[in-house]
Amino acid sequence: MKLPGFVAMLIVMALTGVEALAGEAPDFDDALRGLGSKSRTTILQSIEKLSELSDPRSLSALEALLDKRLRSDGSAGLFIVDDAGESFVDALSGEGVRVDAPDSLTTPRINNRVRRSLKPLIARLRLRNPDVSIRLAAATELLNRPSVDAVASIRVALEDESDQEVRDALEVALARIDLTSDDPKLRMQAAEVLGERGDRNHEVELKALLVEDEEGQFAEPDPAVREAARSAVEKIQRAAFLSDMAAHFLYGLSLASILLLAALGLAITFGLMGVINMAHGEMLMVGAYTTYVIVGLFETHLPDLLDAYILVAIPSAFIVCGCIGMAMERGVIRFLYGRPLETLLATWGISLILIQTVRLMFGAQNVEVANPAWLSGGYEIFRGVVLPWSRICIVIFAGLTVTGVWLVLQRTPLGLNVRAVTQNREMAASLGIATSRVDMWTFGLGSAIAGLGGVALSQIGNVGPELGQSYIVDSFMVVVLGGVGKLAGTVTAALGLGVVNKFLEPVSGAVLGKIFVLGFLILFIQRRPQGIFALKGRAAEI
Amino acid sequence: MKQREGGRHIAEPGQIDTTHGPILYLENVTVSFDGFKALDDINLYLDDGELRCIIGPNGAGKTTLMDVITGKTRPDTGAVFLGNTLDLTAMREHEIVNAGIGRKFQKPTVFTQHTVFANLELASQGGKGVWSTLFAKLSGAERDQIESVADTIGLRDRLPTMAGSLSHGEKQWLEIGMLLMQDPRLLLVDEPVAGMTHQEVERTAELLTGLAGTHTVVVVEHDMEFVRLIARKVTVLHEGRVLAEGSMDRVQQDPRVVEVYLGT
Amino acid sequence: MLAAGHSRNPMHTRGQWLVLIVVAVFGLLVVPVLNTMPADSLLHFPDFLIPLIGKFLCYAIVALAMDLIWGYTGILSLGHGVFFALGGYAMGMYLMRSIGTEGVYASDLPDFMVFLDWKELPWFWRGFDRFAFAAFMAVAVPGTLAFVFGWFAFRSRIKGVYFAIITQAMTFALMLLFFRNNTGFGGNNGLTDFKRILGFSLQEPSTRVGLYVASVLALLGTYLLCRFIVCSKLGRVLAAIRDEEGRVLFTGYNTVRHKLFVWTVSAMLCGMAGALYVPQVGIINPSEMVPANSIEMAIWVAVGGRGTLIGAALGALLVNGAKSWFTVAAPETWLYVLGGLFIVVTLFLPGGVVSLWRRIRTFREQSARRADETPAADGSNA
Repeated sequence: MKLPGFVAMLIVMALTGVEALAGEAPDFDDALRGLGSKSRTTILQSIEKLSELSDPRSLSALEALLDKRLRSDGSAGLFIVDDAGESFVDALSGEGVRVDAPDSLTTPRINNRVRRSLKPLIARLRLRNPDVSIRLAAATELLNRPSVDAVASIRVALEDESDQEVRDALEVALARIDLTSDDPKLRMQAAEVLGERGDRNHEVELKALLVEDEEGQFAEPDPAVREAARSAVEKIQRAAFLSDMAAHFLYGLSLASILLLAALGLAITFGLMGVINMAHGEMLMVGAYTTYVIVGLFETHLPDLLDAYILVAIPSAFIVCGCIGMAMERGVIRFLYGRPLETLLATWGISLILIQTVRLMFGAQNVEVANPAWLSGGYEIFRGVVLPWSRICIVIFAGLTVTGVWLVLQRTPLGLNVRAVTQNREMAASLGIATSRVDMWTFGLGSAIAGLGGVALSQIGNVGPELGQSYIVDSFMVVVLGGVGKLAGTVTAALGLGVVNKFLEPVSGAVLGKIFVLGFLILFIQRRPQGIFALKGRAAEI
Repeated sequence: MKQREGGRHIAEPGQIDTTHGPILYLENVTVSFDGFKALDDINLYLDDGELRCIIGPNGAGKTTLMDVITGKTRPDTGAVFLGNTLDLTAMREHEIVNAGIGRKFQKPTVFTQHTVFANLELASQGGKGVWSTLFAKLSGAERDQIESVADTIGLRDRLPTMAGSLSHGEKQWLEIGMLLMQDPRLLLVDEPVAGMTHQEVERTAELLTGLAGTHTVVVVEHDMEFVRLIARKVTVLHEGRVLAEGSMDRVQQDPRVVEVYLGT
Repeated sequence: MLAAGHSRNPMHTRGQWLVLIVVAVFGLLVVPVLNTMPADSLLHFPDFLIPLIGKFLCYAIVALAMDLIWGYTGILSLGHGVFFALGGYAMGMYLMRSIGTEGVYASDLPDFMVFLDWKELPWFWRGFDRFAFAAFMAVAVPGTLAFVFGWFAFRSRIKGVYFAIITQAMTFALMLLFFRNNTGFGGNNGLTDFKRILGFSLQEPSTRVGLYVASVLALLGTYLLCRFIVCSKLGRVLAAIRDEEGRVLFTGYNTVRHKLFVWTVSAMLCGMAGALYVPQVGIINPSEMVPANSIEMAIWVAVGGRGTLIGAALGALLVNGAKSWFTVAAPETWLYVLGGLFIVVTLFLPGGVVSLWRRIRTFREQSARRADETPAADGSNA
């Protein structure tokens, strides 16, 4: 009994041991070699095998395969080449080798199907990487491509993981996989986790559990799990709704700032002076092109300070547009005071000339104004809602500009003169104010502010000669809606229009949304021709 | 804007019901602009055929009063009736005109791009709708009326002249002539003699006193000489209220009126 | 001139009637006759020019319509491009339907609908296979839009630049609408590839001559209608509204109705012009609705001389003739010329080209009568 038992044990040990020693290693090596195969089927099988083995040693070869840095000599040799394509490493041993005829090596060809199975595996193996950002990327990858193979690795990784963000991602990834588990407890847990942390993308999977077939059978047999899934769906929807609203609001706010910058100058020239300037949009355009020119100058002369170009662009655009505005006022508009329809036509003519001039100078194609480095990127307010820094800065910039305009109008001698002249020209003249010069400065100020708007516009999109045309209708709508001559009204109207526009967009599509807004404005102005902040009495008669 | 209530009256001249005496009633009318009360709970009654002068310092509410009667401004509260039946607050400007109220503005407003003749023709009582004007033909009676009004206002030989090239006084006269063409029961005349020569003023006075009796005439004036010349009954407005009412002599002796006009 | 006479102004003096008839006969006969001349003859009028002249005549109709509302009534519309395009679309829909199954997809439906995978004709396309219906809609649709829009706007006392701005907003909104594929009018590409009208092939020179003659007659009819309106008492009411609307109101006219009337008539005339325009140019798309087009219509009238019908029509011909020439000869300069026209005409020539002629005449008269020192009343209006 003893001996045979011992022998048997030995035999068993030997057998298993031999299998362990002799079987496993060739398995791994074979699978790894398979990556260098010419046949995609073999590659896929090897990936599958490696996925089962989950051996961290395979990571570099897998990465190389994905990056097309894997080379095969057609038989047993498998090499990883570095980015430069010069030094080679043996994929199996991990040691550097010399390859005599690199041109004779072949690169295994991969397609999307291979990539799809490759990426989760790489991600899984990368979870042990010491770099947090690589781990996070890997966890996100697993979250987006759940596979049952990954469960064990994720659980292991979760035990040691200290970074909260990575943990979150891993937990959601695990929950996604667990949702298909056989264990109702796991499924329930998973549903709860998804309800807490999940987003829109997981709603479908949760809902799939609640589907009822023709025989009244649910996809999810356990009622408790169904209940958990149902409440998770609700939670996700509520969270998604809130983040959508916040996103619409914030995007609306940024659109509003752009409208405000476009309309603010008009609020001065049209609102205060009563001059209907159809070339106002072109002032925005000129401001944007001024920025473009400044960027060009910095690139050639001061490339080190390129990120600071905006500090030069803002005053330049202000001055250039201000000068064009004053020239327009002196050359054309002052002869047409009191004849608004003629002013409309003459300024339209000016806008055509400005457009054509810019076209001849810079070409009819759109040009791109690069954002300064510190303006690129953005801030993630919610999961999936990233507000670009450029938009945030425009909101701030618009706020500053409004404050500036308000201060100029209320606190400076120029502002005092402007208010005096616009309220009662004859009286102002008889008090010794040079009304005609005040007109010139006022118009210049309005145009210069449009130039500032142009700088802002150059930061969020391409710049073309027709840039201004698309803003002129909107700007007038903002000014008229807000009530002519009311700065507060202009701000309110811009905010309202911007936010309403962004809220309408997802409901009706961007174009229809815009049409609705225009239709509403037309109706609104007909109901209240004096705008939101209506004046009554004699002052209202324009 | 005040909501229109009740049925609208058919607005036609000659349907003014004055059986109870006054032709125009203003009761408790208040108009405010941005908190400033241009008319403050004012009451005013005009008898049929009387000539009333309304005076008062700047900002007393004289023009606003005219605006309320002619429908240019809607009162915040209060009732405005022409005769006993026509609620003016529920009628639009042109309806009020066609009901029999004519108005001359402070600043003479005539159609400068039309001849004197066309100005008078446009003011005549003929059909004023789209189709009736599109197919209108001038009748002999209308032509006679235009010529006789032109006689009255002394512009007979200037009929083919463009109204834009008339002198200021002539424009005033033309506007009065346009009022005469309308032949309203109630004439509201805002500063008719501003910019007129002495003779012109006298002729205007003659014309207005001649109209009274068959017409009710309300004159708003700054020129006290002129008011003394024509006035039988005077209403003094101050800060949107009626300060005094009565004959010129009585009003002039009212200490409150003196205080308003001369200051303390 | 307005209101010169003492009774209902005759539309024309005998001499003017004569001139009008001569011009009309000239317009009706000369082009078709010269077109039949042998091709090598110096007098031969080439086929390709006929639709071009026809197009100009349509623009002249638009200019008359624009003058009626702007020159005579003082209401600047920046929406006439829309009325024009709507008329054009109505006719384009008929032309699309009469392609039948000869389109690229050989379907009964217009090609763009097949492309969008639509299975049946949308409801608003029904009836457009009949010419009479399409012709009616070409006038009725712009008329109705104008009536509804005007009713709201005029009742609310919107005027001057405010009216101009909201008409521009309307133009902008409708343009966006027609650019959408799903709106059902061919989106970006609009309606094109027409084959025939009333059974006549649009490629045939004789059809083109026919359309040209129709345009001449339409222009003549429009001119007579406009002349009838501006010479009537209604015309004098309109001019009075332009100069002093408050006074008109206090003279007992319900100005809303008068304005609404000319505004609607003007839009309908534009629609008719659009309907004549489309078969001659062979395409209608939303770019006809860009706000710039509507403003350009105003400048035709301004260049010719607003407040005079001859001036408006002349202005349309002049500006568009210049445009055709410049865009071929020196395309970069055209926008400068157009922009310059806007400025120069408003600043220096408010009465337009027509007033030049009148100025010369009064100048001659003045120099003939040196004694008279008073300057002649300027016919131009502020």
